Amino acid sequence: MLAMNYRGPYRVRASRKPYPEILHPDDAIVRVTRSCICGSDLHLYHGLVPDTRVGMTFGHEFIGIVEEIGPAVQKLKVGDHVLVPFNVACGTCAFCKQELYGNCHESNSSATAVGGIYGYSHTAGGYDGGQAEYVRVPFADVGPTIIPADMDPDNAVLLTDVVPTGYQAAEMGGIKKGDTVVVFGAGPVGIMAAKSAWLFGAARVIVIDHVEYRLDFVRNYAQCEAYNFRSIEDVVLFLKKETGWYGADVCIDAVGGDASGNAMQTITGKKLLLQAGAATALHWAINSVKKGGIVSIVGVYGPTDNLIPIGNVVNKGITIRANQASVKRLLPRLINHIQEGRLDPKAIITHRVPLEEVADAYHIFSAKLDNCIKPILIPPSARV
Amino acid sequence: MENRPGDFSHIKGWGIDADPENEPTYPIKKYTGDDHNRLNWQRPAQQPATVEVLHSNERPNLSAVFGTSAPPAGLSGKLRRYAFQFSESSYGHWLPLLLADRINVAEGIIDDLKQGHVPNIFAEKGWKADWKYNRPALVKRVVVTAVLTTALIAYWNRRKKPTKR
Repeated sequence: MLAMNYRGPYRVRASRKPYPEILHPDDAIVRVTRSCICGSDLHLYHGLVPDTRVGMTFGHEFIGIVEEIGPAVQKLKVGDHVLVPFNVACGTCAFCKQELYGNCHESNSSATAVGGIYGYSHTAGGYDGGQAEYVRVPFADVGPTIIPADMDPDNAVLLTDVVPTGYQAAEMGGIKKGDTVVVFGAGPVGIMAAKSAWLFGAARVIVIDHVEYRLDFVRNYAQCEAYNFRSIEDVVLFLKKETGWYGADVCIDAVGGDASGNAMQTITGKKLLLQAGAATALHWAINSVKKGGIVSIVGVYGPTDNLIPIGNVVNKGITIRANQASVKRLLPRLINHIQEGRLDPKAIITHRVPLEEVADAYHIFSAKLDNCIKPILIPPSARV
Repeated sequence: MENRPGDFSHIKGWGIDADPENEPTYPIKKYTGDDHNRLNWQRPAQQPATVEVLHSNERPNLSAVFGTSAPPAGLSGKLRRYAFQFSESSYGHWLPLLLADRINVAEGIIDDLKQGHVPNIFAEKGWKADWKYNRPALVKRVVVTAVLTTALIAYWNRRKKPTKR
């Protein structure tokens, strides 16, 4: 089968790999009909995540048709069109039972600090991902959800990660009616976080980024204010002034370790790898939020250390909330939001690329060429 | 140590201010009390380990399922095995893994060549997209690289020339 094949930082190709096998009675094999490249795939692509091995297939956002099921699978049948949450979750461990599906303890041998994630390095379990024609899906009765008949597949594929992650970013912010919410990052997750903030009752939503076309997009799509930090001398000071010298009620870091905007963070975090990525957005979030405010983190950082003003967290009494999105927990509500027209995720898709051209798709997304917001990959077997 | 329910009647006021509503992880976590059972849930069936799987020393066993994408091999594999002797809290774990990743890139090129495949690194880096959407920057990059390479070669040749006596 054809699959994306990682060859090293900034190098990927589409090549032939063996068809995946059922390795556990609860497994299914899914024929992929669409997969996305996620902003967090770029952390892998840029070589920032330890234990990213050559030959691996990325892709944790995908939908597809069930092709084969293991002997213990009961809820799915061959032919079902399913969306597959990016978290591999067993549904029976103490964490899954408490709906922490992003923190499953039975899906990742390599690290206890993160649950299993499709196509996201061996640090996240060593699973091949969905940027392929076929993919192995463990615990098929837990995560995969049959796509409602009236749902556009483009919306379905965005429900596997980007929509729940953006939504959970807003949810973790504990937004109260009337709050001012600042979102750092106008990538797909930041866009969804800004859109979701309104659903929780925000009175004002401000997005900060440096890519002008993305700022234009989010301003229009999420009906919010959007500012380019390149044209602002001091982001924190700007936000303090904008909030009546008080600070935002909630700040959301939707960037993670690939942030721009601070030379010291960029050099130590992204060039020298002395930090687990550049923590510029988180730094700004902590310093821009009000005393007693909430900082919600969904941006991805590596597993080592980061330079952030933790003293200010203590002295301002800030609550930090963070997690990988618990996709399964959020799906019923988000499906309803889409069906009722409150969310329109597919509008963020800008590029449809054949899987054969995966190298170009990664480069376009990474280098932010051709006004790219969200690329999706279409495998050849889904085009016949 | 396990966290077991017990008789705390000898402690005056034990639990008097416990408030089940005060759950800072809500709604992210639906608190059920399962945490206090620790690792004693009924585990799913164990996936057989058909390839070498390195597991964190912060857990006693393999997880019920795991990926089999790229088992450790070669020099990078040796480094990865070394890294897994250290906990996730240690640089001894992560720094060897990062080094192994870089070595693995060279191993990948060698493997390609062994299989008779010369990797098209320009295509793998998506330069076709650059040519289509970012041509001036691509041309600039190529010209700068060519000039620097020529200058380096010229400098190297000058140093290699024997000096006349």
